[in-house]
Amino acid sequence: MATRSKIDPAFLDQDGKPLFHLGEEPHHPEGSSTSLGFWIYLMSDCLIFACLFATYAVLSGSFAAGPGPRDLFDLNLVALNTAMLLFSSITYGFAMLSMEKNKVAATQGWLAITGLFGLAFLGIELYEFAHLIHEGATPQRSGFLSAFFALVGTHGLHVTFGIIWLVTLMVQVAKKGLIPASQRRLMCLSMFWHFLDVIWIGVFTFVYLMGMLR
Amino acid sequence: MSAHDHDTHAHGAHGTMGSYMIGFGLSVILTAIPFWLVMTGYFANTQTTALVIMAFAVVQIVVHMIYFLHMNTRSEGGWSMMALMFTLVLVVITLSGSMWVMYHLNTNMMPAMTHDMSQMP
Repeated sequence: MATRSKIDPAFLDQDGKPLFHLGEEPHHPEGSSTSLGFWIYLMSDCLIFACLFATYAVLSGSFAAGPGPRDLFDLNLVALNTAMLLFSSITYGFAMLSMEKNKVAATQGWLAITGLFGLAFLGIELYEFAHLIHEGATPQRSGFLSAFFALVGTHGLHVTFGIIWLVTLMVQVAKKGLIPASQRRLMCLSMFWHFLDVIWIGVFTFVYLMGMLR
Repeated sequence: MSAHDHDTHAHGAHGTMGSYMIGFGLSVILTAIPFWLVMTGYFANTQTTALVIMAFAVVQIVVHMIYFLHMNTRSEGGWSMMALMFTLVLVVITLSGSMWVMYHLNTNMMPAMTHDMSQMP
């Protein structure tokens, strides 16, 4: 009994035997760890892009006597694309500000504008890809083009899924209003969307601008 | 790292209109200058241009992290910053390691192609 009395009663069960696990799971409010978990997902996504950037860096000189960045890239188009993504970032910010003030209509409006900028970005990118492929600069043409399509295409796929997610959340907000679960999901998509803009900074700097300097 | 948002709300993770506009303004400037430098060929030396636009990219990424992703050393008890630091270390190892190893592989194994690799960024 003497040894048992030293143990904190919280670690003893009803019969006075020591417990080697917590008697009760600590209570976390629902969703309290979502944003950290989502951040860690974004960081792992960042590593996927790091691998694609590394591949591009290694292969960016392997033209196989095919066309190089100077022959293919149109900086005016890239600047327009960059502007679309940047505008969509700030409009998403406005959506988050409206959400904090609990204004459903304003939130939905800004989300819709964000989605349209996202679609414009995708449209310009698909136009660029179609133009490249039409000129014979397909992913099969050279190591440089394989790495280019893999990197820029993966970013484009992320934007596509971001738009699908955005539409899904708009439907949810329309049906359920700005309930805490919707707010949490909009917060996650906000991080995802701004993260894609950060990746795009790397893409336009390393792929397009540095490509034109080769 | 960030001195801007001192809001004491329970949900202090969001920005304000002011912080979003500052972030947006800085991003526009930090995007426009590199494009302008490359499109006009402002520096005759392409290596100078490459270094300058890389510096702009790094600054813009930090601006986005602070003003749009609301990163700071306090959020989530410092764990998000910890995860970011760990990721940055891995990114640097992946990028520099790949380029370093593949550069040497190319220069040592394929002497005929060295002229291609000499233009590596």
